Amino acid sequence: MGEEVKVFGYWASPYSYRAELALKLKGVSYEYINEDIFGNKSDLLLKYNPVHKKVPVLLHNGKPIVESVVILEYIEETWKHNPYLPQDPYDKATARFWIKFIDEKCFPTLWLAAWSSENEREKVTNEACEYMKTLESALNGKKFFGGETIGMVDIVASSVGYFIRVTQEIMGLNLLSADKFPQLFQWSEDFANCSIVKESLPPRDKLLPFVKGLIAKYQQDNAKA
Amino acid sequence: MAGELVLLDFWPSPFGMRSRIALAEKGIPYEYREEDLRNKSDLLLQMNPVHKKIPVLIHNGKPVCESVIQVQYIDEVWHDKAPLIPSDPYQRAVARFWVDFVDKKIYDLGSKIWKTKGEEQANAKKEFIECLKLLEGELGDKTYFGGESLGYVDVALVPFYTWFYAYEKCGDFSIEAECPKMIAWVKRCMQKESVAKSLPEQEKVYEFVLQLKKLFGIE
Repeated sequence: MGEEVKVFGYWASPYSYRAELALKLKGVSYEYINEDIFGNKSDLLLKYNPVHKKVPVLLHNGKPIVESVVILEYIEETWKHNPYLPQDPYDKATARFWIKFIDEKCFPTLWLAAWSSENEREKVTNEACEYMKTLESALNGKKFFGGETIGMVDIVASSVGYFIRVTQEIMGLNLLSADKFPQLFQWSEDFANCSIVKESLPPRDKLLPFVKGLIAKYQQDNAKA
Repeated sequence: MAGELVLLDFWPSPFGMRSRIALAEKGIPYEYREEDLRNKSDLLLQMNPVHKKIPVLIHNGKPVCESVIQVQYIDEVWHDKAPLIPSDPYQRAVARFWVDFVDKKIYDLGSKIWKTKGEEQANAKKEFIECLKLLEGELGDKTYFGGESLGYVDVALVPFYTWFYAYEKCGDFSIEAECPKMIAWVKRCMQKESVAKSLPEQEKVYEFVLQLKKLFGIE
């Protein structure tokens, strides 16, 4: 077809993971370029994302698309087979609502709970639990947020379902547990067990030490501030 | 197709203004309901239990929450009238990027300008102007961000103009002096009836901000 599709990402980034999973779900081949985001960002990355200078960047026939959720919407609209967003405008609006909720509330608070200091942790953890309860209600008895198959909300929720679960393990936290949030926990198991998901997730044995180092850095920076 | 449309809103909210403009651009009749945020209605709490915030667009009894989601919804349902979002996927991605940029930057920086003083305020002012300049760059020589007609980015950004006077008074600076192209674009938008009738006066918003400052004990 002569299409050039590239993803500038970082192997451990939950955001760049979303772009890759979406392309895999659509069966679109792409070239992956790993950026050294903690060291030296490439000139190309800075050229394609001058405003935020972040990964992921999707490059399609030379044109850059940035911000993970914008990328997901673009992929959905460009490769229309295997849709992961509903057609109905109201259902679409509902999916977008949960995506925003995950990105603005759930995920940041869960991450904060992982590295915040002892005295802040209880408050943040309580808040995170409230958000997870709300997110669980969005599942509403379905296997995936998208219904029988993975939808855009599931793709975004991978940040919680996989990356946060790994983070919790390191910190000895048990926020996303089977007894506290049975439906959400089951979802994270089912999601991570899908072959297409599994093949693109960063391996746990590599991710664990990486996240451990990142948490230590956040705690250090926070202590200095 | 319109069915029953209700917008739960609060007059100075730039987020509520977005949906007002989108509905007005498309000539869609709706019922506007003013919410008292210190005494939220049962309807608001029922329709937006997660965030309990305005605006909420209720269409045939079903709620759509979050202003950017509402504008997209309005554009999709009433797609044959005054389209706001481009049809080309790449142009859509560019528009979404800038709306996301406005959402991430403008409101929070603007809030810092009227809520803080000293170094924090100075930093907020500097970054705020930098963001407006980036937006000016994106606008370029176009009439609107949407090209020849009002688009998604225009609808998302122009409501914040109603707070500019308050930012300027609190921050003691002139936005027009720093970003004349932005103000020229605002003036073009304000010539459109859909925008002019959806936005409150800047002086009224400033009075409201002064009340908020008193309430929060901010000098």
